[in-house]
Amino acid sequence: MLEFSQQMINGLSLGAIYALIALGYTMVYGIIKLINFAHGDIMMVGAYVGFFSITLLGTNIVVAMLVAMIFCAALGVIMEKIAYRPLRNSTRIAALITAIGLSLFLEYITVVILGPAQKVFPASAFPVKVYNIAGLSILNKQIFVFVSAVLLMLILQYIIKRTKTGKAMRAVSLDQEAAVLMGISVDRTISITFAIGSALAAAAGVMIGVYYQTINPLMGIIPGLKAFVAAVLGGIGLIPGAMVGGFVMGLLETMVSGYGNSLYRDAVAFGVLIIILLIKPTGLFGKNTGEKV
Amino acid sequence: MLKVKGIDVYYGAIHALKNLSLEVEEGSIVTLIGANGAGKTTTLKSISGILRPTSGSILFKGQELVKIAPEKIVALGISQVPEGRRVFQEMSVLENLEMGAYLRSYKKGIQEDMDNVFSRFPRLKERRKQSAGTLSGGEQQMLAIGRALMARPQLLLMDEPSMGLAPLLVVEIFNIIKDINSRGTTILLVEQNANMALSIADQAYVIETGDIVLQGAAKELMQSEEVKKAYLGG
Ligand SMILES: Nc1ncnc2c1ncn2[C@@H]1O[C@H](COP(=O)(O)OP(=O)(O)OP(=O)(O)O)[C@@H](O)[C@H]1O
Ligand SMILES: [Mg+2]
Repeated sequence: MLEFSQQMINGLSLGAIYALIALGYTMVYGIIKLINFAHGDIMMVGAYVGFFSITLLGTNIVVAMLVAMIFCAALGVIMEKIAYRPLRNSTRIAALITAIGLSLFLEYITVVILGPAQKVFPASAFPVKVYNIAGLSILNKQIFVFVSAVLLMLILQYIIKRTKTGKAMRAVSLDQEAAVLMGISVDRTISITFAIGSALAAAAGVMIGVYYQTINPLMGIIPGLKAFVAAVLGGIGLIPGAMVGGFVMGLLETMVSGYGNSLYRDAVAFGVLIIILLIKPTGLFGKNTGEKV
Repeated sequence: MLKVKGIDVYYGAIHALKNLSLEVEEGSIVTLIGANGAGKTTTLKSISGILRPTSGSILFKGQELVKIAPEKIVALGISQVPEGRRVFQEMSVLENLEMGAYLRSYKKGIQEDMDNVFSRFPRLKERRKQSAGTLSGGEQQMLAIGRALMARPQLLLMDEPSMGLAPLLVVEIFNIIKDINSRGTTILLVEQNANMALSIADQAYVIETGDIVLQGAAKELMQSEEVKKAYLGG
């Protein structure tokens, strides 16, 4: 039981990170029906921006996260404008191939500029503390990751549910033409969606830096794919689905590593994808409309 | 108020509107009637800027709309109740109405219009927290109308608002249209229910395969043999 609770704690912080990344996938899919395969790489860029904010600018971790979020929000908007907008009325496969191209571009431009070697997040930016509570050991970074991720999700939920901009985002994803008839600018709304999704990914990138201490140009691939699985698991296009899917993936992964063999954890993640696609392609929360995936 | 002059609209190779012209005078109700596929929806979408004519011009109070972004056209005072209602199914009634007022920022004015919509459609008030997709067809139509009114339009484009409604409700919808007009909103009404439409309209146009084939005062068109035969069931 103690072991299980310990795994739960580990899983929750990892799951919070996946959930944050999954949100960007699902929001972008919800609004333009595109799987943005460069999303995991935006997370990587965020991790680097956070790293340099700490090492070069000497900021603390919270400021580093904010800097990374702002940088990646802008990056997301620019990417959409340059790469995806011209393809909005072309086939889905064209946009998908572009997304894969962008993904590779971000990965290898980072390799070119910063080198392929990993960088170590300075330990001084986040001195590790261990709390022993009722036989469980909880790291302060786990608390930090979990609390800041949940906070960001609450803010997102507030934006989507309560603000005019958030409502416009929902309107555009429900019925683009009707939204236009309300005077909503679809272009602007899509830009905002990319900005928010990318900012959340950047926050996740900094969290991964804190959590695993090392970052590298290809670090976005696997977490990106797992977050994608999380988004599909919850029902792609559905925001609460992405959150739940993220936590499920995080917990599953730590359980597999904790009780089974950590070598299998990636295989299990992608096994989940195959199983959902076979059994319920619309995901846990998706209606069975048949179209969504 | 609105002058559509010789517009051509294509869907790929399909020539949907052929040199179509019509005029809407301020304060009036103008109806555009025609059979399925004649080009009625295409006309309204062109006015709203969702479709772009390849030639011709659309003037609203002297201003050319053809090159203006659709969201700017809403800001100029043209709203549309689209065909098939197109309410935001997974948003609440209240949120749908808020979206109608998307371009407005004066809170008190929005609240006033919200109250007006609710007093016009008490059913919507009862169901304001409910998601729009759970409303009946008639209620959704009322919501679509209320949503368009939330923009406080000068010109209201309505695309077959009576479609799929029970006869009693159809009468109610037409009364509402008359009432909206009597409060100062100009209306361009697309209908297949020619009888009802002609009975409330001032001017009427008949469209066939993308072309206006008849036009005139609604009362006169109602007497016209051609219209009687083709659209009024004898
Ligand atoms: N998206 C589209 N792509 C291709 N053709 C279209 C499209 N929309 C409409 N059309 C064609 O354009 C013509 C006019 O269509 P439109 O929808 O304007 O007719 P309508 O008068 O509104 O008909 P209804 O009364 O059935 O609503 C039709 O021949 C239709 O098939
Ligand atoms: Mg139509």
